[in-house]
Order: sequence, then C-alpha cells, then structure tokens
Amino acid sequence: MTMLALRHVTAGYGHFTALWDVSLEVAAGEAVAVVGPNGAGKTTLLRVISGVIAPRSGELIFEGAVLTGRPAHEIVAHGIAHVPEGRRLFPALTVAENLKMGAFLPAARRSYRQSLERVFELFPVLAERRGQRAGSLSGGEQQMLALGRALMSTPRLILLDEPSMGLAPVMVLRLFDLIRRIRAEGYTILVVEQNVRQVLKLVDRAYLLEVGRIRMEGRAHELAEQDFVRKAYVGL
Amino acid sequence: MIDPVFLLEAAINGVLLGGVLALLALGLNLIFGVLDVVWIAYVDLVMVCMYLVYFLVMGYGWPVWLGGLAGIGLGVLLGLAVHLLIITPILSSPPVNQLLATGGLLFFIQSFATFLWTTDHRSIRINLPVVEVGGLFLSFARLIAFALSIVAMLGLWVFLRRTFIGTAIRAVAQDRGAMALMGADPQRIYLVTSGVGGAMAGLAAALLSIQYSVHPYFGAAFGPITFMVCVLGGLGNMLGAFIASFVMSEIISLGGVLWSTEMGYVIAFALFIVMMFIRPGGILARRER
Repeated sequence: MTMLALRHVTAGYGHFTALWDVSLEVAAGEAVAVVGPNGAGKTTLLRVISGVIAPRSGELIFEGAVLTGRPAHEIVAHGIAHVPEGRRLFPALTVAENLKMGAFLPAARRSYRQSLERVFELFPVLAERRGQRAGSLSGGEQQMLALGRALMSTPRLILLDEPSMGLAPVMVLRLFDLIRRIRAEGYTILVVEQNVRQVLKLVDRAYLLEVGRIRMEGRAHELAEQDFVRKAYVGL
Repeated sequence: MIDPVFLLEAAINGVLLGGVLALLALGLNLIFGVLDVVWIAYVDLVMVCMYLVYFLVMGYGWPVWLGGLAGIGLGVLLGLAVHLLIITPILSSPPVNQLLATGGLLFFIQSFATFLWTTDHRSIRINLPVVEVGGLFLSFARLIAFALSIVAMLGLWVFLRRTFIGTAIRAVAQDRGAMALMGADPQRIYLVTSGVGGAMAGLAAALLSIQYSVHPYFGAAFGPITFMVCVLGGLGNMLGAFIASFVMSEIISLGGVLWSTEMGYVIAFALFIVMMFIRPGGILARRER
C-alpha cells in the first residue's frame, strides 16, 4: 500500500529549480533510498515532503491526504518526521530537552513517557547523557539524538537526510545498524545518502537522482549492480 | 569622609534598584533572544501601563495590587499588538529597519502620551512606610518592588526551564526551522514570547509606579539604561543582564551618594562605552547562551 507519493513535483529556491518533475512512491513498511551526487536535489526533495519548502507544481500525498503546500509544523502532525541535514539539534538545550521538543505535538505529548523509554532503550547512551547539552555530544551521539528526537513525535514515516555525514567509518556502520533496528520496529524510512554502498545494503528500493531528475529506480541490489552506479558512486 | 552607614544604605538601594532594572531588562532580553528583534520602545510600553495603573488607582480608587494586575493585563495586550502589527510584517527585514520601526513606535507613544496626558508628572500617592533596620532607612515600596521582581524572574526561569512551551521558546531562539519540524508553529511561539515580554513590562510598570512618577518621557529616562544593561549582559543572555543590572545600579546609587545622581549616570554610561571596547559581547561573552 502506498504511504507516500510525490507526483510530478517541481521545486526550487528563487530562480533556481532544484527538482524537475519528480515522481516517487514509498509503501508502508518499506525502506527507500534516494542516492545521487552532491547538488542532485536530494535535500530539496526531503524538504518538499516535510513542508519546509512548497513545491512549485505537483502533488504530495501521504496516507491518502493531499499535503501539497502545507507548512512544516502541520505535516509533522500527519506522521512524518524529518531528521534534517546537519541534524539541527538545539545545542544549548540538554539531551532530555531536545527529546522533549521532539514530542511537542499534543498527540506526541500524551505518549511522552513511553516514547522516551523506547528511545532510551534504543540509544542507551542518550539516557546516560540526558542532562548534558546537545552541543557537547560527539557526532555519532548527536546523530542518535536527532534520530531519537524524530521518534519522539511518534511518526510513521521518517525522513533521514545524510545520516552518515561527518561520522567516522565505524560510527557509520553502527548508525546504519541502528536505522535497521528502527526499521524493524515498523517505521517506514526514506533516506537520502551519499554513502551509496552502505545505504543500498539497508534499503529495499532506491532512486537515483541527478541534477534534479530521477534517472533510475529499482530494487536496491539491482541498482547496486548497475555498472555506472558502481563506477560513479560505490567506488568499485 | 562619608558616613559608612550612608554608603551601606546607598549600596542596598542600589541592589533594590538593580532588581527593578533586571526586571525591565528581562522582558526586552527575552524578546531579543527569541525573535532577534530589539524593541527600542519597550520602556515606553511600560510607561503606558504605568499611566493605566495611575489612573485606575488615583482616578477610580482601585487598590494598588488590582491596578497592578490590570497593568500586567495591558502589558500582555500591548506585547501581542506590537508583535502582530509592527514586528510580524518586518520579521525578515534587515535589523536596521526593525530598529527604525520600533524606534518610530517609541516617538509615536511618547508624542501621543504628551498629547493625551500632557507633560505633567503624576505619582501614585500611597503611604508606604520607611523601614528602619539597624539604623538604615529603606523604602518599603522599593523592598516590595525588589522582592516581586525577584519572584517574577524566578517564575520566568521556571517557565522557560520546566514547561513545554517555555522550553520551546528557548529552542526557537536556537533554531527556528528545526522547531517547525517538531510541529511547533514558530509564529505562535513568537506570539507567546511577545505576550510574556509584555506581561513583564506590565509588572515592571506596576512596581515602578509605586516608586516613580509617570510622565511621557519616562521611557526616555529608563529606556537607555535598560537597553544598556541588556547589551552589557550580552543581548539575549538572561544571566548576563541580571548581573549587569546590579553592576549598573550600584554604580548609579553609590555614585549618587559620593557625587551626585547625575554623576552616577555619567560614570555608568562611560563604563558602558569602555565595556563596548573591551567586552563587546557582554560580560558573560565566553559562555554559551
């Protein structure tokens, strides 16, 4: 069953067009990646979905509701959590306060306790550091906090923008393991990554985005075997 | 040689003045910290609230505490109105335009107050005793104002630390866009912040009206020092402003005893200029907000 659908979305900033006629679907329970080089429009794509920017044309449909052009703070309430590029934590707030802000929505606030327990179970290090300022955490811990904060809004779809960015290789592997666990709990995931090799092991399907257009789509393992994908992005 | 009792009295009066200055600075600072907009007309809003308290108490015979509560109510309304009518349309304009707009509001309020109420100084005449503690004479009104200022500041602190909306206010100050991704409408949080800042202005008005007479140039008298305290503490830095309030009020109060009140202000403003050279980010500049 289709959970999220983008239909012929064109979007950009000012005179610049970052996405051209992009269509994409994510089924409930699926993990999907959007890969592509820098500047392909991957971040813009996630921003359109979470309502940070409104598309110029096209449609955004989530669980049957047309959400095109709705502001970000309304879209979260529909069950889409966005872990943005660069994590965007509140650096001067503590770990616990960051998680609390993740549960800002009235509906999420009601299940605040249970959500917090689950997040601490998933990321024990966050429980240890709950009183510490988010800005003082290591890169890996910050990414876990960003994931945890997104889970606090009790979403059904999680958008991840470059989760491996700035992390040491060992940490990248741990993080992808954690994302796998989150996925196993039943969340639907749409992830944007430059680390193509790792992310294709994580997801079911992937889209290849280049200069704002979808160039290819398919099962993750099929895409990983495509010659030019391997040469260009996997580095084999 | 000046009698040490005089000096001690001046020092204590400095502390008492510092409490009210801190309260004045608090609202201005809160709004700056969250919205990045300086309400230059902040103390003029306080002045309008003081007129309300004055007229309710002296004209209609309301008890002071009730007049004060009404002052807080008006403060909230003014805070919301300033945000919706003046700040919202220019929220993404360059800072200098925002300064000019709120500066325009300052002169608008000042002129309008002069037109409505003339330049007469009006004061609430209530008999509050002077308290004598071990040979020191302290004004009861100042003690009450100080105590309530501290309570209000603690209240704001708890509000910002312990409640969802208070934490959200601090979060929006750090990253407006990320807070929208949490499901909070930044515009609503701004409105709440402006309302709280307005309430602080109203409370300050209530506490000032039992110590000072109100006139259309009240904002001109207290505005610069309030702004200075905020800058000295590091704009948006609550703790810094709190400390700066007491530093400034002590200089004014002790300078007032040693030379004259005017000289106290001269020294305070001179120090401010010097501080701008040596610690332009405020006294707590090294610390994170």
